[in-house]
Amino acid sequence: MARVTSLNVNGKKMAVDVDSSVSLLAVLRNDLDLTGSKYGCGEGQCGACTVLIDGVATRSCITQVARVADKRITTIEGLEKDGKLQPLQEAFIKADAMQCAYCTSGMLMSASALLDKNAKPNREEIITAMNGNICRCGTYQRIIEAIQIAAGTQASGLRYAESGQEVAS
Amino acid sequence: MIDDQVLSDAIEPERYEFFEQPAYNFNFDRRDFVKALGLGIVFVVPLTRALGQQQGESGRGAPNQAIPNDVGAWIHIDEDGGVTAFTGKVEVGQNTRTSLVQAIADELHVPIPSVHLVMGDTDRTPFDLGTFGSRSTPTMAPQLRKAAAAAREMLIAMAAEQLKVQPNDLRIVDARFVNHDKTKTLTLAEVARGRKLVKVIPDDIAITQPKDWTVAGTSVVKVDASSFVTGKHRYTTDIKRDGMLYGKVVRPATFNATLVSSDTKAAEALPGVKVVTDGNFIGVAAPDQQTATKAANAIAVDWKSPGQPANAELFTLLRQPATERGGGGEGGGAASRPQGSIAEGMAAADKKLEQTYTVAYIAHAPLEPRAAVAEWSGDKLTVWTGTQRPFNVRSDLAKAFHIAEEKVRVIVPDTGSGYGGKHTSECAVEAARLAKAAGKPVKLVWTREEEFTWAYFRPAGVIDIKSGVKNDGTITAWEFHNYNSGPAGIQIKYDISNNDIRFHPANSPLRQGSYRGLAATANHFARESHIDELAQAVNMDPLAFRLKNIKDERMRAVLTEAANRFGNPRLAPGHALGIACGFEKGGYVATYAEIAFEPPSAKEDPKNKRVRIVRVVEAFDCGAVVNPLQLKNQIEGSITMAIGGALFESIEFANGKILNPKFSSYRVPRFSDVPAIEVVLVDRKDIPSAGAGETPIVTLAPAVANAIFKGTGIRLRSLPLAPKGLAAS
Repeated sequence: MARVTSLNVNGKKMAVDVDSSVSLLAVLRNDLDLTGSKYGCGEGQCGACTVLIDGVATRSCITQVARVADKRITTIEGLEKDGKLQPLQEAFIKADAMQCAYCTSGMLMSASALLDKNAKPNREEIITAMNGNICRCGTYQRIIEAIQIAAGTQASGLRYAESGQEVAS
Repeated sequence: MIDDQVLSDAIEPERYEFFEQPAYNFNFDRRDFVKALGLGIVFVVPLTRALGQQQGESGRGAPNQAIPNDVGAWIHIDEDGGVTAFTGKVEVGQNTRTSLVQAIADELHVPIPSVHLVMGDTDRTPFDLGTFGSRSTPTMAPQLRKAAAAAREMLIAMAAEQLKVQPNDLRIVDARFVNHDKTKTLTLAEVARGRKLVKVIPDDIAITQPKDWTVAGTSVVKVDASSFVTGKHRYTTDIKRDGMLYGKVVRPATFNATLVSSDTKAAEALPGVKVVTDGNFIGVAAPDQQTATKAANAIAVDWKSPGQPANAELFTLLRQPATERGGGGEGGGAASRPQGSIAEGMAAADKKLEQTYTVAYIAHAPLEPRAAVAEWSGDKLTVWTGTQRPFNVRSDLAKAFHIAEEKVRVIVPDTGSGYGGKHTSECAVEAARLAKAAGKPVKLVWTREEEFTWAYFRPAGVIDIKSGVKNDGTITAWEFHNYNSGPAGIQIKYDISNNDIRFHPANSPLRQGSYRGLAATANHFARESHIDELAQAVNMDPLAFRLKNIKDERMRAVLTEAANRFGNPRLAPGHALGIACGFEKGGYVATYAEIAFEPPSAKEDPKNKRVRIVRVVEAFDCGAVVNPLQLKNQIEGSITMAIGGALFESIEFANGKILNPKFSSYRVPRFSDVPAIEVVLVDRKDIPSAGAGETPIVTLAPAVANAIFKGTGIRLRSLPLAPKGLAAS
């Protein structure tokens, strides 16, 4: 049975020793202790497991690790650089787009892939790109705003000022 | 001891999952928590009895004063001036962590980042019945405030002594003591240094009133937000322990199945696998997840299953009176006696109405499935688990393994949601059982299918309403029967002197229990739909009809606020508007919902129309607002969740199986389902804060049902309203 012995994760070569049919999600979480990507459904329906494979948003729970052995894998842990948050991450905080925050990693990865392809998406484009990610707590509206803040396209009458104080609703 | 009256007052009849276990023993043993906390000063808030009664009790290990047995909260100021508060409440996404930290910072006048809140750790935090019922804001915040207020006053006195000034010459500003002319100052650390004190707070200590709040009342973002946007926060599912194994349970083929035989030899032969069989419980633990799944699948099991009902028979079944012990008895909540005379009320009516409404079972579907990491160390068991009731889990673990509660520690990491669905202990007990057999820590994470099948559901229900109304719009009679779903939200704010309102428990074919809002979702759907039908019967505008029959000024206020915010826009063609109002757990809510009708997909009947909610305006009054930002977040979240229950969520079952136990077959609201949501907060600083995690969910479904009627003339009386479009309903 083939084994996978190395993965390229967040720009680093990482040693593993796993069966080729194990899901990428399981390898990230259990073998590499990169637990930022989450298990939500195991059938690619909720998006909590979303990572980037060569920049493309991918559901790692239904991705066999062998298929990505020679690809560039980016996880939520790879977003921040030298302890500095990316604009998307800052925007999620500013827009208060988190309740239980279990969906947040997957949301950030899907949003990151969207903004890499389309720097100024309109609301419909955001919804289409993000519709595979579930937020059961219902912060969708704020996630859309966070993406707009990061893209610099938030509607005038911004709800959230720098301090987190509501300005207008 | 929590006395029985407090316990039964705290638990609504439809929290069936609370009654699944035998009554438990709240033995809150006094621990040497003072020693564990180290140097500094600890402020302790007694829970139920006045301090005076406690003087006679002996303290154990307490250096200064007798520590009461019933403790609500405590706060520790350490030698570095750090403030640590301890509460048995847990964080499941309602951002209670943030609002409680705000309350402490507000009372103690320290910066928010200097406050650390320890939540839901049975070794370190006081006993708590559970985080449910929207109670954290109205009951826990005041207790923490009392501790903080006492801390503030005592620290000021100590600082005054050190600075040789009068206490009333000193204030705390940003964790520094400063006198009026700013010539003398001292830090919190300098006051706490070298002390080891425990102070029990008098129950009547004054806390800051909402009108004087400075930090509470403002929009503070989630306090530890950066650990979540970086993926650093460790949920239960992320925890790793040395030597940890991965667990998997072999589930029965159906509900109510009995084990005939099992063959575990193939599973046991797999390397590193431990198999446990004990009655109906069959589980495995393995060094990795893939092997655990392989081992579970390798176990051949023969189950015997009885025939069981399906959705089609559900509402007939629910009308039968309960024969099993359910939650409470019959009743209608606090005031269940009939008032006036229904017969007279109906005789005085110009129009009479009689309708039946139904709601389906729905699932909580928390995005983090239930999980537990269990570790035995000597005779002590530690379990990390995402539960809303850590002390209940501790008690269940102690009973399951016949050990003392003191030997069990339950820790709740900030958890990936609950919505009332994580009150029970089965995952913790399963993980602990596997860990005991394996002699190693075990992590057990339920799959999504298990989460949809083996947890409990929001009760289904049947509601019959019989009513009478005069042509001038006065409601003269109101007879309301709820079968199975529960009495929460069953009482009316309408002024109807002839009313008879009852809840009838039933035998539920599926396991059921608490859900966000409890039965208030079902009762508001039925009531507010029926109110609209009455308005229709006498040709009155739905808002005017409600205002005519409600004197309650807070209910009138939210209706008016929602109406004003919605305004009078010209609705686009194919759009319709519906309204609803409600009251639950101290909160008042009114909702305006605008819907649009859309053509079906190419594969469907061209005459079928789909419903899309395009705009929701919701006004909410829960007394003094602690954090407007988080409150709006909760309201928007409730509305979004409500869309699922209103339009398309429904558990399908037959013969003891759940037929749609996945997100691909159980539809939940997504980005594309969410309307423009506008929230109007009615901030009543003159009224103590009520909770807000639940009430905002109750009015969306009836508002949408009323809008559907307005737009099509079709009155739908079953939830979900239109899972496959209107033609199929």
